[in-house]
Amino acid sequence: MSVKRPTDLSLSRRQLLVGTAALSASALVAPHAMGETLPTATVNTTGLAVTDTEVTVGILHSVTGTMSISETGSVQAEKLAIEQINAAGGVLGRKIKFIQEDGASDWPTFAEKAKKLLVQDKCASVMGCWTSASRKAVLPVFEQYNGMLYYPTFYEGLEESKNVIYTGQEATQQIIAGLDWVQKEKKANTFYLLGSDYIWPRTSNKIARKHIENKLKLKVVGEEYFPLGHTQFNSVINKIKLRKPDVIYAIIVGGSNVAFYKQLKAAGINLTKQTLMTISVTEDEIDGIGGENIIGAYACMKYFQSLDNPNNKKFVAAFHKLWGDKTVIGDVTQAAYLGPWLWKLTVEKAGSFDIDKIAAASPGVEFKGAPEGYVRIHKNHHLWSKTRVGRARTDGQYDVIYETAELMEPDPFPKGYQ
Amino acid sequence: MSAAATNNRNLELIGFALIALLIMVVLPLALDIFRLNLIGKYLTYAFVAVGLVLCWGYTGILSLGQGVFFGLGGYCMAMFLKLEASSAANTKIQSTPGIPDFMDWNQLTELPFFWVPFNSLPFALIAVIVVPAVVAFILGAAMFKRRVGGVYFAIITQALAAVMTILIIGRQGYTGGINGITDLRTLLGWDIRTDGAKYILYFVCCILLLGSMLLARFVLSSKLGRILVAIRDKEDRVRFSGYSVGDFKIFIFCLASAIAAVGGAMFTLQVGFMSPSFVGIVPSIEMVIFAAVGGRHSLVGAVIGTLLVNWAKTAFSESFPELWLFAMGGLFIAVALAFPRGLAGIFTDQVLPYIEKLWSRNRRGQDGVVVPNPAPAE
Repeated sequence: MSVKRPTDLSLSRRQLLVGTAALSASALVAPHAMGETLPTATVNTTGLAVTDTEVTVGILHSVTGTMSISETGSVQAEKLAIEQINAAGGVLGRKIKFIQEDGASDWPTFAEKAKKLLVQDKCASVMGCWTSASRKAVLPVFEQYNGMLYYPTFYEGLEESKNVIYTGQEATQQIIAGLDWVQKEKKANTFYLLGSDYIWPRTSNKIARKHIENKLKLKVVGEEYFPLGHTQFNSVINKIKLRKPDVIYAIIVGGSNVAFYKQLKAAGINLTKQTLMTISVTEDEIDGIGGENIIGAYACMKYFQSLDNPNNKKFVAAFHKLWGDKTVIGDVTQAAYLGPWLWKLTVEKAGSFDIDKIAAASPGVEFKGAPEGYVRIHKNHHLWSKTRVGRARTDGQYDVIYETAELMEPDPFPKGYQ
Repeated sequence: MSAAATNNRNLELIGFALIALLIMVVLPLALDIFRLNLIGKYLTYAFVAVGLVLCWGYTGILSLGQGVFFGLGGYCMAMFLKLEASSAANTKIQSTPGIPDFMDWNQLTELPFFWVPFNSLPFALIAVIVVPAVVAFILGAAMFKRRVGGVYFAIITQALAAVMTILIIGRQGYTGGINGITDLRTLLGWDIRTDGAKYILYFVCCILLLGSMLLARFVLSSKLGRILVAIRDKEDRVRFSGYSVGDFKIFIFCLASAIAAVGGAMFTLQVGFMSPSFVGIVPSIEMVIFAAVGGRHSLVGAVIGTLLVNWAKTAFSESFPELWLFAMGGLFIAVALAFPRGLAGIFTDQVLPYIEKLWSRNRRGQDGVVVPNPAPAE
């Protein structure tokens, strides 16, 4: 509901905001729209929840149920970004207010809550979802009610929507550079592909296999899938010992990881000698696996907490200040942090909160303050970003040992990989 | 006692009329389309609760796998809608156009044989009822004919729910896996996502639910209903009297499953997708809770219970996104401890005696037809 506030009140609030922002040392971005007189009627022509002083966005993640462990980091990052944006003057001079809803790790609930955030709360944008299943459930809702979703997770691709900005990598961005690197650096010839049994690992391994066989002209010696939550990996570990692949390529997700890496270690496979590359284990997962069980493994991501650049140092410090020193920051958490910032920058580029206008203005929006470095939105609504390879340390962090020189182009419908 | 029985029956009718008034008139006038669509979703669970009143409340068969039947009904509907949404024109970006997107992702190159008949709406509508009924029949015949009942049966139904979930998730090329069947758009070219369509589907859902309640009421007030209650209260005596207890149980279990499946189909139409998260053990138990909160001996109670629990779920989770599960847990514990026979039980135990006192003053001496006492002889 966009209730119009009396102008004098909004003016004084805005002046107050200007003051706060000027004083605030943590202002990351030069206040762009400060003091500008942009009446709500012109920046919001479609009845979103925008007033002269406030704009409402939604946060839609699972904070209960099995996915809450993974999604909590995203919620924290989004709240941090919103807090920082507000401290820096808000969006078009309006403070961001958020409404948080719980997807409860249940896809129909995600759809219900997404509808609520769009239809009832008229949210100007929504930061949310984690699993592909939840995104698939809310996508028709966002398209029907013309909302804007900022989706943080690396995912399988095969999707492109006017109503979604994908701030994580699609599969080719995460996979191809990593395989090229492992071929060059490790002189790898044979690969064993593993994954949890659902769409993301399967699609990712399909892309990996095509790249290995068709582009690199190397060999895949095995490919296996396990149900979510699977904990018995002994038989596949025996096969791995028998076939001796140069690289184990693992896309196992969630709790299964703990069993998998412990059993690998127990079976005598030392990851400092046997090359293992994963695209599914971030710092968050290592928290559960235990650093000593995965030391030496390579992960291919776009972000690691240990990344050495000024943006990231500031981000990690702010994150720890708000959420405690013990929290670790994984790839998706960083991507979730990008959501509110990219939205702010897009709104200010478009000069409007209207969904159609920000969807059109999104391509080309660049965020120089991203912890991962520089990112830019592609016309397919995914991000240009670098791919990095990290090596796991005992303390649960990764040493970044390689990054692509150029930003990788997002290609959700890769030719030759389908 | 017989006067009370008449009253019970009148009360059921009054309750039925009130429910009809509530969902057909009051709620559509009071709520916007978003909230009404939510109510429509809750009402689809009420189909399951109505089925549970039949088989659990009146016949004593506790099924912890009703989600399977809800899901089967929903999937049959979703398969038809998905095929319609996957026309070659809509899916030209795929390697194999004309098949559902998730099949393409899973490297299928042609439509599996069991999907083919779902191109036809009449077939899909018949399948919505027949497929779950056949599954229920097979399970019922295997169990009840061998006199497996009670807790063992409940465990078997749970196993069925687990098996179904694993099957759907595991064979994702054929079922859509954990994502379910999503992005359903039109029914014979009619866009089911518009507000107008949502209103129409809501009323269709209400009418089907009221129809199911009437059908259930008809079954329960017939001679068959009395046999069912007798089976619940003293199965052996019914058997010794020469009735084939197994057949009656199979029938009512199939009926309950078919009603649940209609709910599933209406769910798919109103929400626009179907996913395995309704088929598993947890949602199946949740559906039993709906019936328990409302009162498993009352059709009206079960519907009210479903509406209340789901409304509470939505309201709690919107107000306390991080704590709402505790509120729900508290509610269930409170109901189980304080009102073991649910809301309908509170009504018959606490409210009814007062009404009866008033009633008997006017209608003393009149005899009514004997209908089965809804409460078990515990």
